[in-house]
Amino acid sequence: MLTKSSNKGLLQGRARILTHLTLVALSIPAILPMVWMIATSFKTDKQIFATEGHESALYLLKHMIPHPFYWKNYPAAIHAIPLEIYLRNSLRLCLFNVVGAVLSSAVVAYGFARLEFKGKNVLFMIMISTMALPGQVTMIPVFVVFRWLGWYGSYLPLTVPAFFGNAFFIFLLTQFYKSLPGDLSEAARIDGANEWTIFARVMLPLAKPALATCALFQFLATWNDFFGPLIYINDVRKYPLAYGLQQFLSNHGSEWARLMAASTLFVLPVIVLFFFAQRTFIEGIATTGGKN
Amino acid sequence: MGNLATATVVVRVTTCTESRYSNVLVLRFENTLSKQLRSNLVGYAFVGPWIIGFLVFTAFPFLSSIYLSFNRYNIVKPPVWVGLQNYSTLFHDDPQFRQALLVTLRFAFCSVPMSIVAGVCLALLLNQKVRGLSIYRTLFFLPSIVPTVASATIFLWLFNPEIGLINQILSLFHIQGPAWLLDTKWAPWSLIFMSLWGVGNSMVIYLAGLKDVPTYLYEAALIDGANSLQRLRHVTLPMLTPVIFFNLVMGVIGSFQYFTEAYMMTKGGPEDATLYYALYLFMRAWRYLDMGYASALAWVLFAVVMSITLLLFRSQKKWVHYGS
Repeated sequence: MLTKSSNKGLLQGRARILTHLTLVALSIPAILPMVWMIATSFKTDKQIFATEGHESALYLLKHMIPHPFYWKNYPAAIHAIPLEIYLRNSLRLCLFNVVGAVLSSAVVAYGFARLEFKGKNVLFMIMISTMALPGQVTMIPVFVVFRWLGWYGSYLPLTVPAFFGNAFFIFLLTQFYKSLPGDLSEAARIDGANEWTIFARVMLPLAKPALATCALFQFLATWNDFFGPLIYINDVRKYPLAYGLQQFLSNHGSEWARLMAASTLFVLPVIVLFFFAQRTFIEGIATTGGKN
Repeated sequence: MGNLATATVVVRVTTCTESRYSNVLVLRFENTLSKQLRSNLVGYAFVGPWIIGFLVFTAFPFLSSIYLSFNRYNIVKPPVWVGLQNYSTLFHDDPQFRQALLVTLRFAFCSVPMSIVAGVCLALLLNQKVRGLSIYRTLFFLPSIVPTVASATIFLWLFNPEIGLINQILSLFHIQGPAWLLDTKWAPWSLIFMSLWGVGNSMVIYLAGLKDVPTYLYEAALIDGANSLQRLRHVTLPMLTPVIFFNLVMGVIGSFQYFTEAYMMTKGGPEDATLYYALYLFMRAWRYLDMGYASALAWVLFAVVMSITLLLFRSQKKWVHYGS
């Protein structure tokens, strides 16, 4: 045992090779769908249908790689969606949702983490349990209310709720604030700062990593949101990308090359974001999921 | 209550600060204002946005959906009270409801345990000290961040019976693949397989759980002469049960909200084989504008989810180990 741990604890010999083989074998199904999406997006329709009915392995393998590299599916997809308008809509929705959800959750979480008030624990328990409440139970009356307010067809139903805090973020930020040392805010309190100043000047800057996690998750949630636009948006010019892509699918269901080009464009920002913020992603998921 | 009354007085007085007299009043009130009350007010001010949001977007809709479930309501005309009619139709006269419940429960019972096993196994593999760990972790995690709309499109293409990648690969082994999403028997399984593709998300949670297992437990097990399988069975897995429990509960709740994939890929077909509960509820509410009936569906969903969750929580004592 001692020799094992002195060797940096790395697995040895056959066990190591076996582990690597398993991991590589499992990586293939994980990554192949996306590779296939990108490969298809660079093929002509002729190439896509060339393999139909062929069963020779060599022939199939040869036709998996696009040849020649046909990039014109991209301009075609951008033109057909129309990407520019939908992208602007998506980014606008993301901006409002990220700002609204992060700011409001930061304020609320500070109250739960650092302030004492009557009924705090009960309210916190209620907030936690709303995370498990299926959205289906509330969505019909919420829809009725928004329609009654005359908000149907506008972005308000998709943005306003974000400004009232998100239970997941409040939970995550509460945990984070609690983990910060109390000395700093005590010092500020002695200097005569009120709670808002302590929150805005002392705690908020310290919470940047946790706020970044929330911003990232909210961006993804809004970028991916399909159901909201499905029930609230009825004007083609107001579609966000996720909904636009689905519309493209239902109108051009068999144009696989263009569909895959559109999907690639839709996934690309998320993948880029992931590589820039990998740690924020993984730590965020680990804390929201694991530390209950 | 008395505290609150004093508070409103203070607020009213502070609003008319033009006169000097009121300033004096404010001072006097502030002195009498107990520290406790003030800290309560500050606290409510901070959590206020959430309280308002909770009342408007959760509590009120939650209660009014009970009311709506006893009405016939198509949104255009005002609701008409029909008593228990929606519920009796639902239980006695709606084969689609039964089908939706069945399809969803089957999805939950297959996909949730399968993704737990897959996620735990992947996490265990990655928890070993091998080179290139972060690369593997990235590869497994990446699928779970692909937006659902995109992954549904991609899998629609992969599952294509004639030229989809899956059947092409199967044909290399001279296997005639099924029609997947177009086949009544295979369509639900296609979606279950697809859900496993996103297992990287829970894998990350398990991985964090594994990192939290204190090393002294392993050392103690080693001293007791436990082999690696015994350590897995008696140390690692028990320590992981709280995380598994969390994923189990969230997975079951998630199954009842499974919507986008089914809406985009099968629209509930073929022959209602993939008519998931959330999809049926959506169609009732927004296709047929049966908002009252859909509210009854929502309440049955809530009851079912709550009972399963309760059962799971009840079972917790038997198998979930919360560390000392």
